[in-house]
Amino acid sequence: MTNLEKYNQAFITALGVEEDMLATLEYQSVPQWDSVGHMQLIATLEDAFDIMFDTDDIIDFSSYEKGKEFMKKYEVDL
Amino acid sequence: MNEHLEELYKDTPYSLKKTEKQALYQRVLSELTLHHYSHCREYKRILDAMGYDPKKAAPLEAQPMLPVRLFKEYDLLSIPREEVAKTMTSSGTSGQKVSRVFLDKANTRAQTKVLTEIISSFIGKKRLPLLILDTRLALKDRSMFSARGAGIVGFSTFGREIMYALDENMQLDISGIRQFLAKHRDEPILLFGYTYMIWQYVVCALREAGTAMKIENGSLFHIGGWKKLKDQMVDAPTYNQVIREVLGNVSVHNYYGMAEQLGSVFVECEYGHMHCSNFSDILIRRPGDFSCAAPNERGLIELVSLLPTSYPGHILLTEDEGEIIGEDDCPCGRNGKYFKIHGRIKGAEIRGCSDTYERR
Repeated sequence: MTNLEKYNQAFITALGVEEDMLATLEYQSVPQWDSVGHMQLIATLEDAFDIMFDTDDIIDFSSYEKGKEFMKKYEVDL
Repeated sequence: MNEHLEELYKDTPYSLKKTEKQALYQRVLSELTLHHYSHCREYKRILDAMGYDPKKAAPLEAQPMLPVRLFKEYDLLSIPREEVAKTMTSSGTSGQKVSRVFLDKANTRAQTKVLTEIISSFIGKKRLPLLILDTRLALKDRSMFSARGAGIVGFSTFGREIMYALDENMQLDISGIRQFLAKHRDEPILLFGYTYMIWQYVVCALREAGTAMKIENGSLFHIGGWKKLKDQMVDAPTYNQVIREVLGNVSVHNYYGMAEQLGSVFVECEYGHMHCSNFSDILIRRPGDFSCAAPNERGLIELVSLLPTSYPGHILLTEDEGEIIGEDDCPCGRNGKYFKIHGRIKGAEIRGCSDTYERR
């Protein structure tokens, strides 16, 4: 699996959303991405890439697209 | 209208001294009062009825306060309904009305941001292994998400490799905790839970089992009411001491806040004092005439926050009793007022404190 596939799969697994929803997906834009879903998503991404987000980045991880920028910060090339 | 918050995020959360803070609060709160007056019809009617002129800047003590109970009776918003991103409800003991406050995206972010600034100033920016002194069940059924579950999720941001100390029957998983502690032996760990539940299901369970944990370097944050503990003659110093006896080398931080006021997060320091951060302030009112009480004089707690723009909750009169101990001179080095809480006033309705687990 490529990194982008792993990134997408984390959203699909943690939030139970379909792949075609990802591009426009934002925090609280679907019922599953609430605060509980958010922590599940963060944990899934951390496991998948063996990284650890800073607290500030967890808070600012507010959409699928925005999240991609953070992955760069943790040296994950998508 | 949140530019002042962006400025404050650049600094540490306990940096402002009295004069600076007074000037900032007079300016921003006057703006907030006018903002809510212009955007919330009910708030306007209250101020009009009081004969308050929001166009004049006023010192903090003269700014109008709303009783916290009002949020149970009315939906008060200063934004259009369609901009509401999150509705917060107070914990609410069963059978009672709960408060509802309405946040837009900016307010939701500010709330999380301020909590993060405050907690990180105690534990650092790195996320620590987190032991939740509660059961995973508190998170179940997200549509009925209790204040207790919300508190746990909110705090989870500061942790990693989260472990729940209680099983689904509220039994303490002593061997599981020992494994968790062994795995993280060489690092600081974080603990979180509700004041009374920790006492009942962790402290008492360990004492009954005749055993203790030996945490080498931990920080416990706990929230919730003291009523049931007071009934058992347990005060804060006793609580902290017993926690250390059964858990080990743990710094204990009680924190106080309420769903009705965004940004009001007050954390107990190493010297047992509750502290106001740059984002919030406290006044003590005499219950007879609502004049300001002197330091070390008990009265009603008025809470002030720079955060709420989506609902008129920037200045609230609570039903809790407290007293100010000092300002800018706590030996812990944090600036701002520090205080003590004495609990709910007599005659106030009984409020839940998130720890509303009923024993069957």
